[in-house]
Amino acid sequence: MSGTVVLAAAGGALVAAGVALVLERSLSRLVVGMLVLGNGVNLLILTGGGPAGRAPILHGVPPGADRRPMNDPVPQAMILTAIVIALGTAAFALAIAYRSGRLGDSDDDDVRDDIEDRRVTRGRHELRTQVRARRREFREWSREQRGQIRGARRELRAGIRAERERRAVDDPGDLDDGDDESGSDR
Amino acid sequence: MLLLFAVHCAAAAVAPLLVRGLGRNAFLPLALVPAAAAVWALPPWLDGAAPRAESHAWIPGLHLELALRADPLAWMMVLIVGGVGALIVAYCARYFEAAERGLGGFAGQLLAFAAAMLGLVLADDLILLYVFWELTTVFSYLLIGFDSARAAARRAATQAIIVTTFGGLAMLVGLIMLGRAAGTYRLSEILARPPGGTAVGVALALILIGALSKSALVPFGLWLPAAMAAPTPVSAYLHAAAMVKAGVYLVARFAPAFAGAAVWRPVVLVLGALTMVLAGWRALREHDLKLLLAYGTVSQLGFMVVLVGAGTRDAALAGVTVLLAHALFKAALFMVVGIIDHATGTRDLRRLSGLGRAAPVLCGTSIVAAASMAGVPATLGFAGKEAAYEAFIGGRPVLLGVLVLGSAFTAAYSLRFLWGAFARKHGADELSAYRIEALLLAPPVVLALAGVALGLLAAPLDAPLSREAAAYPADGHGGYHLSAWHGFGEALLLTAVSLLVGAGLFFAGRVVVRLQRRIVFVEPADVYAGLMRSLNHLALQVTGAVQRGSLPGYLVVILLTAAGLTGSAILLGRPWPTPAPWRLWDGPAQAMVAVLTVAAAVAAARAHGRAQTVVLAGASGYGVATLFVLQGAPDLALTQLLMETASLVVFVLVLRRLPVGFPRTRPKSRYRLHVAIGLLIGLLATGATLLAAQARRAVPIAAGFPGAAEKAGGSNIVATVLVDIRAWDTLGESSVIALAALGVTSMVFARRRASVPPRAADAASGTAVWAVAGMTSVDAAFRGEPSPRGRDWLAAGPTLAAERRSIVFEVVARLTFHTVLLFSLYLLFTAHSAPGGGFVGGIVAGLALVVRYLAGGPFELAEAAPVDVGRLLGVGLIITAGTAFCGPLWGSAILESGGWDPHVPLLGHVHLATSLLFDAGVYLIVIGLMLDVLSALGAEVDRQAGTEEAG
Repeated sequence: MSGTVVLAAAGGALVAAGVALVLERSLSRLVVGMLVLGNGVNLLILTGGGPAGRAPILHGVPPGADRRPMNDPVPQAMILTAIVIALGTAAFALAIAYRSGRLGDSDDDDVRDDIEDRRVTRGRHELRTQVRARRREFREWSREQRGQIRGARRELRAGIRAERERRAVDDPGDLDDGDDESGSDR
Repeated sequence: MLLLFAVHCAAAAVAPLLVRGLGRNAFLPLALVPAAAAVWALPPWLDGAAPRAESHAWIPGLHLELALRADPLAWMMVLIVGGVGALIVAYCARYFEAAERGLGGFAGQLLAFAAAMLGLVLADDLILLYVFWELTTVFSYLLIGFDSARAAARRAATQAIIVTTFGGLAMLVGLIMLGRAAGTYRLSEILARPPGGTAVGVALALILIGALSKSALVPFGLWLPAAMAAPTPVSAYLHAAAMVKAGVYLVARFAPAFAGAAVWRPVVLVLGALTMVLAGWRALREHDLKLLLAYGTVSQLGFMVVLVGAGTRDAALAGVTVLLAHALFKAALFMVVGIIDHATGTRDLRRLSGLGRAAPVLCGTSIVAAASMAGVPATLGFAGKEAAYEAFIGGRPVLLGVLVLGSAFTAAYSLRFLWGAFARKHGADELSAYRIEALLLAPPVVLALAGVALGLLAAPLDAPLSREAAAYPADGHGGYHLSAWHGFGEALLLTAVSLLVGAGLFFAGRVVVRLQRRIVFVEPADVYAGLMRSLNHLALQVTGAVQRGSLPGYLVVILLTAAGLTGSAILLGRPWPTPAPWRLWDGPAQAMVAVLTVAAAVAAARAHGRAQTVVLAGASGYGVATLFVLQGAPDLALTQLLMETASLVVFVLVLRRLPVGFPRTRPKSRYRLHVAIGLLIGLLATGATLLAAQARRAVPIAAGFPGAAEKAGGSNIVATVLVDIRAWDTLGESSVIALAALGVTSMVFARRRASVPPRAADAASGTAVWAVAGMTSVDAAFRGEPSPRGRDWLAAGPTLAAERRSIVFEVVARLTFHTVLLFSLYLLFTAHSAPGGGFVGGIVAGLALVVRYLAGGPFELAEAAPVDVGRLLGVGLIITAGTAFCGPLWGSAILESGGWDPHVPLLGHVHLATSLLFDAGVYLIVIGLMLDVLSALGAEVDRQAGTEEAG
C-alpha cells in the first residue's frame, strides 16, 4: 500500500505553517497554530489509510454507484476523535488568552517568560558574582589575619621568654603555661 | 520465622494503643516481643541446629517471595536484636517522662524497627533483603527525628536518611546486578555458587557502598555522630547494637563467597582500618559523653568490618566475637549515659564531677563495660581482641600494627569516658548522692555483667561462634579456639602494648590535646553541609541553564529533538521501500483543493491581523474538510466543517476583546528561524508518513470491520467503531470535553456563576445590550416600554440596543432554530447508517444556539437554553459512563452494546442500542461545551465589558 503524495505533502505543509505559528509569542496565534498543525497531522493520518475510496458506509448507497474499494475506516475513527478534541482545547486556550489579556497590564495576549524561571537564571548570575566577590574579600581578609596572628604570636613568645627569664632570676621553680583544655588534666 | 515477624509487626501496630492505655509502662509488655525472638534463637544457636529455611509466595508475577533462612550467623543477630532490644525497650519504660509527647508513635516505630531488623537478618532473597534494609533506614529516620520540634534533630534525621539511602540505592543496583549474574535472587544459592566476572566485581563494589554507609565507615561515617540527636534508647539500640551492625552483617554474609574478588579486600581492609584509627583518634577529644561513644562505635565498626571482611576463618571468628561483645558493652554504656543525662541534665564531661561516689552501682557497671571495650582480660572484648591479633600475626604486619594502634585509642577513650563521667574534677560542682530507679539501672547492669560472664565462658562459647565462621576458608594456621585465657604469647603481648599505649595516651592527655589541635581532621558536619550546599548550587546552575522560562524556546528545543530523533532514525534505519509505484494524486480535484488549503494556511502564518489569521486558518480548515470528502470520509468532512464553524465563532467571541493587530512586529531573523524549523518538521512529517505508508503490507485490520459492524447492527462503520470498538476512547474524550468546558467557565467567570442565567424577563428595563457609544437610535423613545406579547420574533429581542437589531436575522433565527435542533437529533439517531453521531449532532445543536445568541444577545441565549450548563455536562457524563458499565450487568463486557431495532416512521429503521444511549450522552456533553463557551466567552464577556464601560 502506498500513500498519496499530494495528501502527504499538503499535510506536511500544514504542519510547517502550524509550527511556524506555534512558535510565536501571541497566544491567539499559538491557538491558530495548534489547529492548523492538528489539521495537517489529520491529513497525514488519513494518508496512512491508503488511496481514496468509497465511504465506509454499508447501506444507503445505491449499489453500483461507486465501485472503488472502501477507504480504511480505522484512521477515520482516530481523526474524528482528534477533531472534536481540538475544538475543546482551542476553546480552553482562548479562554486562557482572554483571561491573561484581562489580568496583564497591557492589552495583548502574549505568552510571557516565566517569572520564576527568569529569577532563577538571574539568581544564578548574581550568585556567581557574589561568590566571586566574597571569595576575593575572604582571601584578603585571611591574608591580613594571618599576618596579624603571626605578629601577635611573635610578640607573645617574646613576652613569655622575657617573663621566664625574669622568673628564673626570681624563683627557679617550674612554670605551668596553663592549658585551658580540660581534656585530661588529672 | 514468619510468625515471629508477624508478632513484631502486630506489636508495632498495637503499641500506640497500649501506650495510650498504660502510659510509659506499656514498654514492659512490649519488651516481651523482642525477648521472644531472642528465646527463639538461643537454643538452635547453642546446639548448632541445621539451617532452617522457609518461603512464602509474595508477588509471584515478579518472582518475589518471602524467603527466610536462619543459620548460625542469623541466629546470633536475632539474639542481639532481640535480647538487647528487649532490655532497651524495658529501659524506655523509665527513661521517658510519664507525660512525654508522641510516646505512642515512638513505641510503635521502635517495635517496627525491631521487626525490620529481624527481617533483614533472616531474609534469603536479595530484593527482600533490600526492602528490610530500607525499612530500617526509614525507621531510623523517624526515631532520630523523635524530637521533631528541634531543628537539630530534624537536620540529623535528614542527614542520616540521605546518606544511608544513597548507599542503599547503590546497593540495590549492586544486588540486581549480582542477581542477574547469578541467575537467581536467592541469597543462599548465590553464596553456595558465587558467580564471577567484571559485572560481579562492580556489583560487589556497589553492595559494599551500601554496607559501609550503613555502618558509618569512612567516608560515609558523617551521619552517625549527628544521629546522636536521637533519644538515648534509640542511640543504644539502632546506633550501637543493631542497625549499624547491618553493614557488618552484610559484609560477613558475602565475605565467605566473595572475599577473593579483586575489589573486596582493598576496600574492606583499607577503609575499615582507616575508620578504626580516625574515629578512635577523634573520640579522644570529644567533651560530650554520647559523642565520645558514637565515635567509639564508628571506630569499632571499622574494626569489625576488617575482621569479618578479611575472609579467613580465624579473623571471622574474632569478628563475630567482637560483634557480640560490642553489642553488649556499647548498649550498656549508652544506657549509662542516658541515666547520667537524665539525672544531671548534662553529658559534658567537663561539668560532671564526683558522680562515681554519688552513684557507685552506675560507676561499677560502666567500669565493667568499659573494660570489655578496652579489651581488659577476663572480658568478652578481650577474647575477641586476642582472637583478632592471633588471626593476623605473621600474615599482615601493617594491618596488625594499625589494629593495635586502634585498640590503643580504644583503651584511651575508654579511660577518658570513665574519668569524664565519674571522676572528681577541679572547678566543677560535685554531685550529691541520688537514687536511680532499679528498672532504669537493671538493663545496663545485665548487659555489662553478660560481657564479663561470656568472657569467662569464652571456651564453651567457642562452638557456636566457630559455626558462624565455618563458611570461611581456613588459611594457614586455622583452627583457633576462643578461650578466656590463652597463656602468655604474642597476642597477650600485643594486648598489653595496646592497653599501656592507651593508658599512656590518656595520661599524656595534654600532649594529645595539643596534637589534636595541630592535626585537625575535617569535621564531618562541615563536609555534609558543604555537600548539601554544592548540591543546591548545582540545582541552581542546572535549572538556570536549562529552564530559561521562554515558551517558544522550549518548543524549539522539543521540536528540534523530535526532528533529530526522527531524522536520524530514518537515515540510520534506511527504510527505503522496494521500488513501488508512488501514487501522485487521486485526481486533479484533490491536487487543486490541496494547493488552496496549503495556500490559506501559509497566508494565515504570514498574516498581520488577528481576524485575518483566524479567517485564513478557517479557510484552510474547510479545505481540509473538502479533502476528507474526496478521500471518502463523509463523517470526517461533516465534523470538520462544523468544528471549523464553531471554532470560528469562538475565536470571534474572544477576538472582539483583544486588539486588532498583533502587538509587536516580530524580528525578521526570528521569523525566518521559525519558518525554517516549520519547514524542517513539515518535510520530516511528510517523509515519515510516506515511508510508513509504504511499510503497510499486511492485510489491514479494517478488512474485518464491515462484518463486525453488521453484527453490531450499524452500517456506518466509522460511527459504529466510535461507539463500539473505540468506546473507551470516546468515553475518555467526552470527559476531556467536559473538562475543557469547565476550564472555559472557570477562566472567564472569576467568581461563581449563577446556576441558571438571567432570563429576558429579569432584564432591567432600559437594558441595551451591545449599544454603540455615540449612536442615537431611532426608537430610543420607545425603549423600555414592554412590547405586547408575541410581537417580537425573539423573546429577548427588545433587550438589544436598537442599532444592533436586525429583523431579518431575528426572523431567520426564529424560523431555523427548531429545524436545526431537529436535524441535530436526526444526525444523532441515524448515525448507525449515515454520517452523523453524537459529536456532530452536538455541534449542530450548539450552532443553533450560536445563531440565537448572535441574533438576540445574551438574554436570548438564556431564553433558548434555560438550563444549568454544569448539570447538562454532568447528566451527559453520567449517561456515557453509566451505559459503559451497563455491559457487566447484562453479563457481557464493559461497553459492550446490546439493543433492539424497531422501525419508526419518518426515521426509518432505527437501531435502539445501548450505543445510542452512549452517543446521546456524548451529544449532551458537546452541547454543554458549546453552551458553556457561549455563556462564558459570550454572555459573561458582554457583562464584564458592560461593567467596565459603566465604571
